[in-house]
Amino acid sequence: MVAIAAPVLALAAGLSLYAMGDAAVFFYSPAQAAEKHVPAGRTIRLGGLVETGSVSKAADGTVSFGVTDKKASDKVVFKGDLPDLFREGQGVVAQGAFDGAGVFVAREVLAKHDEKYMPKEVADALKKSGEWRGAGSESSTR
Amino acid sequence: MIAELGAFALLLAFVLSLAQFGLSAAGRIRRDAGLRGAGEGASVGAFIASATAFFALMYAFVTSDFSVSNVAANSHSDQPLLYRVAATWGSHEGSMLLWCMALSGFGMAVAVFGKGLPTTLKPLVLASQGALGGLFMAYTAFASNPFVRLATPPVEGAALNPILQDPFMAIHPPFLYTGYVGFSVVFSFAVAALIEGRVDAAWARWVRPWTLAAWSFLTVGITLGSFWAYYELGWGGWWFWDPVENASFMPWLAGTALLHSAIVTEKRGALPGWTVFLALTAFTFSMLGAFLVRSGVLTSVHAFAVDPTRGVLLLTILGIAAGSGFALFAWRAPSLKAGGLFAPISREGALVVNNLFLAGALATVALGTLYPLIRQAMTGEAISVGAPFFALTFGPLMALCLLVLPFGPLLSWKRGDLLGAAQRLFVAAGASLLVGLAWLLVVQPGKGFSAIGVVLGIWLVVGSLTELFVRARVGVVGSGEAWRRLTNLPRGTWGMTLAHIGLGVFVLGAVVETSGRIEAAQALTVGQSLQVGAYTLTLKGVEAVQGPNYTADRGTLLVTGPHGPGGAMTPERRFYPVNRQATSQVAIDAKGPSDLYVVLGEQRTGGQPSWLIRAYWNPWARLIFGGPLLMALGGLISLSDRRLRIAAGARARARLAGEVAA
Repeated sequence: MVAIAAPVLALAAGLSLYAMGDAAVFFYSPAQAAEKHVPAGRTIRLGGLVETGSVSKAADGTVSFGVTDKKASDKVVFKGDLPDLFREGQGVVAQGAFDGAGVFVAREVLAKHDEKYMPKEVADALKKSGEWRGAGSESSTR
Repeated sequence: MIAELGAFALLLAFVLSLAQFGLSAAGRIRRDAGLRGAGEGASVGAFIASATAFFALMYAFVTSDFSVSNVAANSHSDQPLLYRVAATWGSHEGSMLLWCMALSGFGMAVAVFGKGLPTTLKPLVLASQGALGGLFMAYTAFASNPFVRLATPPVEGAALNPILQDPFMAIHPPFLYTGYVGFSVVFSFAVAALIEGRVDAAWARWVRPWTLAAWSFLTVGITLGSFWAYYELGWGGWWFWDPVENASFMPWLAGTALLHSAIVTEKRGALPGWTVFLALTAFTFSMLGAFLVRSGVLTSVHAFAVDPTRGVLLLTILGIAAGSGFALFAWRAPSLKAGGLFAPISREGALVVNNLFLAGALATVALGTLYPLIRQAMTGEAISVGAPFFALTFGPLMALCLLVLPFGPLLSWKRGDLLGAAQRLFVAAGASLLVGLAWLLVVQPGKGFSAIGVVLGIWLVVGSLTELFVRARVGVVGSGEAWRRLTNLPRGTWGMTLAHIGLGVFVLGAVVETSGRIEAAQALTVGQSLQVGAYTLTLKGVEAVQGPNYTADRGTLLVTGPHGPGGAMTPERRFYPVNRQATSQVAIDAKGPSDLYVVLGEQRTGGQPSWLIRAYWNPWARLIFGGPLLMALGGLISLSDRRLRIAAGARARARLAGEVAA
């Protein structure tokens, strides 16, 4: 028993430790990202509200928009199709990395299902920056 | 009026669950048949009451009674009937009511179908089930009541989230919840066995049908949910290692491990402690899933109610139920009679290996899901653990598990012949390696991982068939005789083989789709076309259409394949004015097992009007969903095996007791 169990458990633990080092992605709001001096090229999740009036689409399909936590904001560029729920003034989470010029290059943009919904990290970040207005919605999905 | 009836019925169900707990426990302690019978009666009553509450809520939804807060928040009179019905479980409150109904339903099922159960064990199972029911019904009635009235009812409701207005989404929660909650019976059986201090072959035989039923439903529920994500979210993906998906996958893994370890306990009387542990674990992960999904602690691509009070309450319920179960385990497990030692090379040895891999995989999924929460609680830093973590941990563990899988059924109990099994698997090994080599050299040159996946998939399918053929002596006896033997094989064998083949089919689909997916995106004006794989899609036009509660732009694209022009595909972009929300209605054209998948994107303004069209060629995507459905079908076929009937346990007890002792 032990002869079989030990290597399997060791394999599981080893793989987990190895993978956790690489796969854990930190979540920051723009103000936190500035405070932590996130180096260019490191994958993070940037969350906040889409700045009103900041969304512009280039001819090649690249979208750029501002993400703000009302304390700081970052310019995000994304090449691809935005989720149906992406909207100005709503919560958004972008996964990607800052380039050398401090522009956040998103590989993935997540917007939430419900227009009343606010990603938890965004809510927390907005609470921290004193911009929190009211709770999320009662309605839920799945 | 009906809502008040529902609210009353919910409270009644709560009281009857407590009565079920009290009467059954008293009946066991005093060894009183009258009290036991009253406990069983209470369980039937609790189900009738909770079902009444559930259908009262459904009635409020169907009739669009917006004076009920829950209906006003989640429904709209324009919604088609199906989605008014489905909205019943589309909200937090409604889904908890569904959970309660399933919980009491399973309690009643034990009372009604468990005629062969000993009079010592059965009341304890019902008492535990009643206690669980009482906990969740108290939560639903007092903290999450779906029948709360509004003082000033709105004229119109806020409508169900459009993304949930979909036939698959509508039917998937009942399957999922039946699966989740089905494990409560197994949990109760474990609690009862621990109190009795007796886990034997007969106990394992009683537990297996419930495990199989719960597991089959959960499998279907997860598959439907995955299929929904595949075509409704319009990303073409089908599994995101999203915490909400993991929440349903963890009880599935625990249930799968339990399904296999219970066989060892049943046939060999071994691993009693481990099997009981898994029985407790499966429902604990179900409850953890409910907590994770319903408390809003997770950031997920799926959205949920953010309500800390409810989260704390659900965590408390989880703590009470799982805590008392595992405390009982810690106290009583040492007194369980350990089964005899057995050789590592045997059927039971192979099942232990299966359990180790499944438990290891479960641990990594749990770690990846819970670590961000724990870390945030400890340090305040928010992190997310995504697909790469799971690919690196879950992937290799499962690959090894699949590699040893076909050996298991070919080994005999007690002392297996590894060399003999290996010889029989020669064809499977040869076939899968040949295809793998061809894959690596011709189909997808240089893609090592996908070749490994294809090898594993074929190895599973052919290896599982091998066992069937060996048992029927195909090729040894004449074809008529072999056919007779095949059809006479027990349904349990057919079920197992089908489930293992289903797993192989799933692996093939998952690997081929993931490695061979072709994506193309382009803004098209009418008349322009786009190439994806072997197909050309030409935009014929975009028209406005009016749905029951939405307006839509419907694109028409002509498909031209290698065999000339085919049919038209009509993806839609729907706008739900009530929710002020747009959704994509993907068009999928099945080409054999593969899918041509088209999404109509936003209209580009400026110059000639154009639309962003995204198209995917998803090779063998159907197998991703067909495989798990085969697995669930295998589970149901096994369930219909006469040897697994609940009453069979009583007859088997004496016989097996003798066998195990020998």
